[in-house]
Amino acid sequence: MSAQPVPYESPFALRLLHDMLRIRRLEERAAELYGEGKIRGFLHLYIGEEAVAVGALHALAPDDAVVATYREHGHALIQGVPMQAIMAEMFGLQQGCSRGRGGSMHLFDANTRFFGGNAIVAGGLPLTVGLALAERLQGGTRIAVCFFGEGAMAEGAFHEALNLAVFWQLPVLFCCENNLYAMGTALARSQSQTDLCAKAAAYKVATQAVDGMDVVAVHEASRAAVEQVRAGQGPYFLEMQTYRFRAHSMFDPELYRDKAEVEQWKARGPILSYTARLRAQGLLDDAGLVALEAEVEAEVEAAVTYAQAGSLEPVADLCRDVYTPQVSP
Amino acid sequence: MSTPTTYREAVREALREALQRDPRVFLMGEDVGRYGGTYAVSKGLLEEFGEQRVRDTPLSELGFVGAGIGAALGGMRPIVEVMTVNFSLLALDPLINTAATLRHMSGGQFSVPLVVRMATGAGRQLAAQHSHSLEGWYTHIPGLKVLAPATLEDARGMLWPALQDPDPVLIFEHAQLYNLEGELEPGQVVDIHSARVRRAGSDLSLITYGGTLGKALAAAEQLDAEGISAEVIDLRVLRPLDDATLLASVRKTRRVLVVDEGWRSGSLAAEIITRIIEQGFFELDAPPMRLCSAEVPIPYAKHLEDAALPQLASIVAAAHQVCG
Repeated sequence: MSAQPVPYESPFALRLLHDMLRIRRLEERAAELYGEGKIRGFLHLYIGEEAVAVGALHALAPDDAVVATYREHGHALIQGVPMQAIMAEMFGLQQGCSRGRGGSMHLFDANTRFFGGNAIVAGGLPLTVGLALAERLQGGTRIAVCFFGEGAMAEGAFHEALNLAVFWQLPVLFCCENNLYAMGTALARSQSQTDLCAKAAAYKVATQAVDGMDVVAVHEASRAAVEQVRAGQGPYFLEMQTYRFRAHSMFDPELYRDKAEVEQWKARGPILSYTARLRAQGLLDDAGLVALEAEVEAEVEAAVTYAQAGSLEPVADLCRDVYTPQVSP
Repeated sequence: MSTPTTYREAVREALREALQRDPRVFLMGEDVGRYGGTYAVSKGLLEEFGEQRVRDTPLSELGFVGAGIGAALGGMRPIVEVMTVNFSLLALDPLINTAATLRHMSGGQFSVPLVVRMATGAGRQLAAQHSHSLEGWYTHIPGLKVLAPATLEDARGMLWPALQDPDPVLIFEHAQLYNLEGELEPGQVVDIHSARVRRAGSDLSLITYGGTLGKALAAAEQLDAEGISAEVIDLRVLRPLDDATLLASVRKTRRVLVVDEGWRSGSLAAEIITRIIEQGFFELDAPPMRLCSAEVPIPYAKHLEDAALPQLASIVAAAHQVCG
C-alpha cells in the first residue's frame, strides 16, 4: 500500500509524529518500570496502534468527551492528561490522575473530559451514548467518542449502544480499534461476521474502514466523521485496522500468533512509515528527528522523576470517594 | 389537607414534580412513554413532558442503564426505570462495574447522580423470572444507595432527595404496593438515610421493609390482641443501614424478628441480625430470628407462591417463637 503524501504543513505534520513518539516512549519506559516492579497489576501496551489515538483525537474539539478501554495510556495522553499524572497513576500514587485508585487501566481526567479507562470490554460504549444524550438534551455541540477493540463487537453492550445511538441519532463517534485479536483469540476464530463495517451497518450507521497504521488516513477519516457527527447527522462507525506489536499484557506468552506475522506488521509500523514519509517530503531531517526524540525523552524522564518523588495516599483515606461527600444543609 | 391516593399515583406525582422542578431530570425505560409504564406509573407523563424527557427505550437494560450513567456524568439527572428486578440482572455490569465504582476509580473526579427505579417482589403469580426480591444483593455493593419505599409518603417523597443525591440510588418498589390506597398529606418531606418506627411496641422488634411492611403491621395488631406488644421498624433505606434506630428499638424490646422477602442464605436479614448481635448482644433476651422466603425459585401456582413468602400467619407464629 503506497501512502498518499502527507497533506499537512510542518507544525501539524510534525505534531502527529511527536505525539506518536510520546505514546511509544512513555510505554516503553512503563514496560521497563514494570520489570523493575515500580508498576504492577495489568499493563496493556498500545505500541503499534499509536496512529489511531493520535489521528483520531486530533480530529476532536478540546471539550469533546472521550471514553477508552484498559489500553488507554495513549488516548489519555493525547486528550491532554499530563504524562506525569499518568506515570504517577501507574505507580499507584496520590499524584496520579486517579489518585492511585485506578492504575494503568483506569486513567481519568475531568479537566480534559477523559472518562476512563474502562476495563469491561464494551463497558464504555453505553456510557458514551449517555454522554452524547446529555449533550443533546442540553443543546450543546460537543460530541462523544468511544474507543474499543474488535472483541467488543461480540458483546451485547456494543449492539445495544449502537442501536440506541443510531435510533436517537446521537453525536457519537464509534472508533473500533481492530487489532485482530481479542486478547489471544483471533477475530475469525470468534465472530461469525468478520467484516466489522458490515456488522455495524446493520444498525444503519455510516461506516468506514481505515488503515489504522497510517496516521494521515486515520486523521482524515476521523475529521470527516467528526464533521458529520457534529453536524447532527447521527453516529459514525470507523474501523481502524491496526495491530498490537507487544503482548496483550505483561502476562501474555503470545502463543496464539506467529512471530512472522508480528514482523510483517512492524514493517508497516505507524511511526516508521510516517517518519519515512516526512523525510521523503523534506518535512523532517536527521537533526529534526534527533531533536524530537530528545524532547520526548526529556518529557518521559521528567514524568518518571515526578512519579519517583510522589507519595502514597494515607491508608486512613482508604474509604474516601466511595460516596460523594455531602455538605450538610 | 390530605387526599386519597394510591402508591402508584404517589410515585407518578413524585415523577411529575421532579420533571417540573428540574430541567435536567428525564425518565427513560421500557414502555414508560406510549404504554404508560408496565405498572401504569408513568401514565400521562409522555403527553405532559414530551418525548425528549419521557423516553421509551428498546429492550436493552444493559444499554439504557449504561446510557443513564453516561447522561448523569454529562450533567443530567436521569431516572431510569427497569421493569423488574429480575430484568435488572441484564444491567448488573453498568450498575456494579461502572455506576458504583466510577467515583472511587477516578479518584473522586466523577460522581454518578443516577436514580434507577424498579419493581421487586412476588405475590402476583408471575413465577420465577418476575417475582424475586434481589434488592439485598444490591445492598452488598459499596458505592450504591438502596431505598425501599413501603408507604405512600415514601413513594411520594423519596424520589426528590434521591435525585439530589450525587451518587447512584436504586429505588425498589414492591409490585404488590402499587394498588395500596391511603391518604397523603401534601408537601411532606422525607429523608433517605433513616429507618422509621411505624408502630411503637415494647416486647418485640419486628424489622422489615417494602412489601412485607403491611403484613408486619397486621401481624403486630394480631399479636397485640394476643398479649405481645410488637414494635414495627420499616428499614426504608437498605444501604446504608440505619443501625442506630434498629439498636434503639432492640434495647427497648430485647427481642428481634426480621421479616425479609428475600431468601435466607446470604440475605439482608442475615446482615441486620449480625449488626444487632455485634452491637447489642448483651441487650437481647432471646436469640434473634428471621423469617424469609422459602429457598425456592418463586413458583407460579398460587398456593405454592403463598407458601413460599412470609405471611401474616407465619410472622405471628415466628413472633410467638421469639417471645416464647
